[in-house]
Amino acid sequence: MTALFWRDLRLALRAGGGFGLGLAFFFIVAVLVPLGVGPEPTTLARIAPGICWVAALLASLLSLDRLFALDQEDGSLDLLATAPLPLESVATAKTAAHWVTTGLPLTLASPVVAMLLNLPAAGYPWLVAALFLGTPALSAIGTFGAALTVGLKRGGLLLSLLVLPLYIPTLIFGAEVVRRGAVGMTATPPLILLAGITAGAIGLLPFASAAALRMNLR
Amino acid sequence: MSLWEYANPKKFMETSGRILPWASGLAAVALCVGLVWGFFFTPDDYRQGSTVKIIYIHVPSAMMAINIWVMMLVTSLIWLVRRHHVSALAAKAAAPIGLTMTLIALATGALWGQPMWGTWWAWDPRLTSFLILCLFYLGYMALWQAIDNPDTAADLTAVLCLVGSVFALLSRYAVNFWSQGLHQGASLSLDKKENVSDVFYFPLLVSIAGFVALFVALMLLRTRTEIRGRRLRALMARQRGA
Repeated sequence: MTALFWRDLRLALRAGGGFGLGLAFFFIVAVLVPLGVGPEPTTLARIAPGICWVAALLASLLSLDRLFALDQEDGSLDLLATAPLPLESVATAKTAAHWVTTGLPLTLASPVVAMLLNLPAAGYPWLVAALFLGTPALSAIGTFGAALTVGLKRGGLLLSLLVLPLYIPTLIFGAEVVRRGAVGMTATPPLILLAGITAGAIGLLPFASAAALRMNLR
Repeated sequence: MSLWEYANPKKFMETSGRILPWASGLAAVALCVGLVWGFFFTPDDYRQGSTVKIIYIHVPSAMMAINIWVMMLVTSLIWLVRRHHVSALAAKAAAPIGLTMTLIALATGALWGQPMWGTWWAWDPRLTSFLILCLFYLGYMALWQAIDNPDTAADLTAVLCLVGSVFALLSRYAVNFWSQGLHQGASLSLDKKENVSDVFYFPLLVSIAGFVALFVALMLLRTRTEIRGRRLRALMARQRGA
């Protein structure tokens, strides 16, 4: 399982995978929004939490369709399915690798984006904490979506239609944490709910992903 | 004699063929009575005027939109556990009806909201969760469309339905957390205290019965069509093989 995790990580880093791409996308969305709504600092400060989270959702969506598709094309997914490692662990390893290549860099880069969007200083720690706790859920949900659509020719568009509604609770709680944190309200309740969603998603969704993979490979 | 006998497509076709005219007739009668009674023989509300009458469409369609998803959840579970094809086909048949009910509820709500709240749309928890439900229906139907192998499609949509239900429920409570409501409380409930007045209550019940019967009729009809489509494809495949 660790070997699979490192393999995926190396592939993403070396073979021009989605490593820098998601991060660049995150930045571009954050740069485009002020150009669209105008440079007023107060407006930007109010919408900054939402923009950060929506940009993070879209950025983590970008690299999802390659998650299983590449392995399916070259046949290594069949090998993984017949290996002694259960598919649940494969799904977990994939989720972890996806998070390290998209969620973690986004979390680390988010203060820069927050600065561009004029987020009040009080919101910074909350933004980083919320993204750190919330993005693993995005990766787990995305793995499930990728497992559902792995056999399809043009799964990418369908994948986003399936995955984005599932992202809604994470988005609501994540943005709520930052919004409350930025205006100095107590933001722990939504943060705890967000962590709960993440814990549930990491714990339970690999089973659903593995079931979907088995159905697709049958 | 057990319930599972109806999982046999032949038995299902016989029984549903017998039920179908009755369900359609009941739907027609109940909808006519409920809507005509509601629209023409109930007084206007003292504050809302005649716009109150949209309740006879809005409330039943909203109830059905949620209950159809629950029905799809149950049939998906039955398919995953016992692998009865009729069950999977019933879930597939119900999804577009559910989507239509969701859209009817949203549209009638917007028509009523414009004169009453002064806006077509507000990001109210109930409205938002219905919009989210609409997205879930769309995703579910799109997945059915996208997969060629019918058994794989049934499997994957069933799993999506289970996972989607959990997330739909989470979203329902998440939006409560996220925004304060503009929508009024429940119009109907089992403890009578917060119900609408009796004048509106009885035509509403008839109208709800009509919507339920309509759903049963449409669902049976669509499931029968799906089964016939399957038979047709099997026959064609056999002919090509021969």
